Amino acid sequence: MGIVDGRIVMPPLPEGRVLPVVTAPAAVLSTPCVDVDPCDPGVVQLAADLLATQRVSPGCVGLAANQVGVGWRVFSLDVTAHPKARITHGEYVLVNAVVESASRNEKSREGCMSVPDFTGDVKRASRLVVRGLLPGTGEEVVIETDAFEARALQHELDHLAGFLFLDRVVGPHAVFPRQTYL
Amino acid sequence: MSHSLAVTVLGHDRPGIIAEVTGVLAELGGNLEDSSMTLLRGHFAWTLVVAADADPSEIEARLAHLVAEGLVVSVLPVPDADSSSTSGSPWLLTVHGADRPGIVSGLTGVVAAAGGNITDLTTRLGTGLYLLVAEAALPTGTDVEALQARIAEAAAELGVHATLQPADVDEL
Ligand SMILES: [Zn+2]
Repeated sequence: MGIVDGRIVMPPLPEGRVLPVVTAPAAVLSTPCVDVDPCDPGVVQLAADLLATQRVSPGCVGLAANQVGVGWRVFSLDVTAHPKARITHGEYVLVNAVVESASRNEKSREGCMSVPDFTGDVKRASRLVVRGLLPGTGEEVVIETDAFEARALQHELDHLAGFLFLDRVVGPHAVFPRQTYL
Repeated sequence: MSHSLAVTVLGHDRPGIIAEVTGVLAELGGNLEDSSMTLLRGHFAWTLVVAADADPSEIEARLAHLVAEGLVVSVLPVPDADSSSTSGSPWLLTVHGADRPGIVSGLTGVVAAAGGNITDLTTRLGTGLYLLVAEAALPTGTDVEALQARIAEAAAELGVHATLQPADVDEL
């Protein structure tokens, strides 16, 4: 269990439901989420729901609990297919995760399902160690990663702390209306 | 002798506006200095400072075709300014929340009251979401924590989320 061959092995989860994604300026997105019991049935169901919602959302590589309106420190992630990813740990959900160490800042443009109208340039660590618990078992895992998975993890952990990428853009000329090309 | 002129061009966007304006300025011996262009809700908006010998009215006359198609064009003399005259340290103010009157004035007012000068500003209105990102020069010795507390207070009153953080400069 835990991490096998570089992939996080998720405990069995119930059937997930696809939940509506909340968009800014919803208050839940700007409110810090709270730690929860990873073995609580509600948390396990939420883990399944986050994965189900993430899977049906085109281009979505991660989803924080407050993006579906729940103020708990739980998020899902899967950057496996992303061209900018190097190290990847598969599809997983972490509970009460924290950053252990972060280094090597790089700037890149981010978007977010909860901020559909804008993108922005954000500087984030490209080397990252995150520690968190698996839903269902509460088993602790330590994820050492880089590049896009590191960026996505920091984006989700920011959500759980009540921050959007808009709070991290590098300057007034680093935020862009999403272009709609006809 | 060349002098500084502020040229503004505003209006319906189409390809070629920048090429036409800079073409006219070049023909008149103008030297482009600082400029900033963006689309504001789809409207072309450009402000530039140009050093030129030409008379403002002469430049306006050469850009009359743009006025004829509905653009607003103005050419005004401005005094030469010291471009490096801003003192203090750079900070980044980010504000987002539900759109309502008074967000920009409320938050920039707090910065101004602390003697801070906004040196760069973008505001955008999304679907129900208002966004402000500003760079501000704060006077040396500013009590930043106290200022952050006043910004948080003003933001809470307006029901928006605001952060003031150092504008990182990575010297290489
Ligand atoms: Zn997001």
